[in-house]
Amino acid sequence: MPKITIREAISQALMEEMDRDPKVFIMGEEVGVWGGAYAVTKGFYDKYGAARIKDTPIAENAIIGGAIGAAMVGQRPVAELMTINFGFSAMDYIVNQAPKLHYMFGGQFTLPLVIRAVGGGGRQLGATHSQTPDAIFAHFPGLKVVSPGTPEDAKGLLKSAIRSNDPVLFLEHATMYQVRGEVPEGDFTIPIGKSKVQREGKDVTIVTYCKGLELSMKAAEDLSKEGIEVEVVDLRTLRPLDMEPVIESFKKTNRAVVVEEGWKSYGVGSEIVSRIYEEAFDYVDAPIIRVAQKEVPLPYNRTLEQAALPQVADIVAAVKEVLK
Amino acid sequence: MKKEQQIDLYHQMVLIRRLEERGAELYQQGKIGGFMHLYIGQEAVSTGLIAAREPRDRVITAYRDHGVALNCGIPANEIMAELLGKSTGMSKGKGGSMHMADTSKNMWGGHAIVGGHLPIASGFAIGDQYAGNDNITICMFGEGATNIGYFHEALNIAKTWGLRVLWVCENNQYGMGTTVERASAISEIHLKAEAYGMKNSRVDGMDVMKVYDAAKEALDYVRKNSQPYLLEITTYRFRGHSMGDPERYRKQEEVKKWEESDPIGIFRKQLIEKKTATAKALDEIDTQAEEEIVKAVEFAEASPEPAMEDLFKNIYADTE
Repeated sequence: MPKITIREAISQALMEEMDRDPKVFIMGEEVGVWGGAYAVTKGFYDKYGAARIKDTPIAENAIIGGAIGAAMVGQRPVAELMTINFGFSAMDYIVNQAPKLHYMFGGQFTLPLVIRAVGGGGRQLGATHSQTPDAIFAHFPGLKVVSPGTPEDAKGLLKSAIRSNDPVLFLEHATMYQVRGEVPEGDFTIPIGKSKVQREGKDVTIVTYCKGLELSMKAAEDLSKEGIEVEVVDLRTLRPLDMEPVIESFKKTNRAVVVEEGWKSYGVGSEIVSRIYEEAFDYVDAPIIRVAQKEVPLPYNRTLEQAALPQVADIVAAVKEVLK
Repeated sequence: MKKEQQIDLYHQMVLIRRLEERGAELYQQGKIGGFMHLYIGQEAVSTGLIAAREPRDRVITAYRDHGVALNCGIPANEIMAELLGKSTGMSKGKGGSMHMADTSKNMWGGHAIVGGHLPIASGFAIGDQYAGNDNITICMFGEGATNIGYFHEALNIAKTWGLRVLWVCENNQYGMGTTVERASAISEIHLKAEAYGMKNSRVDGMDVMKVYDAAKEALDYVRKNSQPYLLEITTYRFRGHSMGDPERYRKQEEVKKWEESDPIGIFRKQLIEKKTATAKALDEIDTQAEEEIVKAVEFAEASPEPAMEDLFKNIYADTE
């Protein structure tokens, strides 16, 4: 299998789906002539033209509201938010319109819509441009929230998202576009709403996704050298959440650490831990630990920013703690 | 306009009035819940406007939507059933008063976040432009919605991209209880389109034929030029903002003065004066509308409640 980056994987998924279905088009800030703020749609404008690669004004409501409307009348738009932080400007559409319009009108409207957005800290962009607010969006029934951590999943899940008849928020991480991995050749999809064991182990279960996966896999390697075998379960989709592989793994290891980049309070980890306690309480051998971002707005200074973000060492320490 | 069509418009206006009067009673009896916003006084606006559309033109509006739904051809039965939260309502009892839609009638809601449906209307037009057809999206909203950011983002992209949207501002003088002058930098709302280089005009919304003519002209412009247009229709709601409105913000004399321009009364007078219809014929239409609403209430009351398993239906289209 060829090894490609997450950027290439996403780019390939978009191109393949655009070639496959003429109803698919892309709209967003700087997606066209510029080639995408993160170069994901580089070359698209020349290949597909202005009608299918739509450069929008800097107007998040017009972008997401517009994409919702176009989806309702039968197109399959992929709307790009330059970053998820700008998604707050279009919050009404992401959480209050897109997830409700199918249900509230008795199934009359369908919204085959993808919202791609980049999130995450670690690039010294300051507090308003560095967030990982995934949990907020995962709170709303009716929205699907996907956040892959490998090139294969990025490609397969984005293709599924574009083919889905539901609104999908597709969250990418700003520091992961260069992550390389093997991706199957040809047309393949990965189903939304399926967690996956990315590394097998018998001692401790790490539950994570996206950036947390990258960190957790490194931590697992370090721990392996010390004889601790960690099983890493990658959620891949935050809503609808697939707990089955998590519970299965936990029943085997009886110990868990949950890793996410967002803030700990009211976070993804809070949800996972609750679910483990609710569904597998009899299997708990140690309190479950959450590794997450410190409860501060992310600072600009590199050292301070890194101190606020979860690190491989934090995960290693947490695993050792639950093994005590 | 042909005689039959004029009489049909009269019928539609009376039907809206009767449906809402009956709805208000059912609300007082506790049979209708939530928020309910009556269209009484504004009937000429959507009646004249929607009469001017082609069937392929899409209509989207705000939460004051019962009249619009009737004008689009949704049966009174289904509207009443939706008000009562029954499974036979067009949104299967899940939307209620503010969320009436029927895509088969090209009525796309019933949207209750002020201004929120304007970018969605642009989106319909983006979809139609992408499909290469010449459908128009008719987007109705109150003057209160022109002060929120959505309005400006939607109008800007519509003009920049050459979208076929007829923006229709129903200026009923109040955003809830706040007058236009107290909320908007300019009170002549259609002039806001000037900032976007968008063609615009204003028409008296108490006269259904004037609304019809203005709408026809605007729709022709939008279709031919592939450009948006902002039409301001001045009107007045005779009832409160919603059912729970103590109306402290306006004097009864003001309401009475506007009631002298009752759009149904004006149109009735016109029809008789121009000998389009006799008073007797119009009286018969009044009676007929009354009966239709009685039947609609019977239908709605006899309809089943949604099944308990419907609670979890229609969350995701993929799993249906």
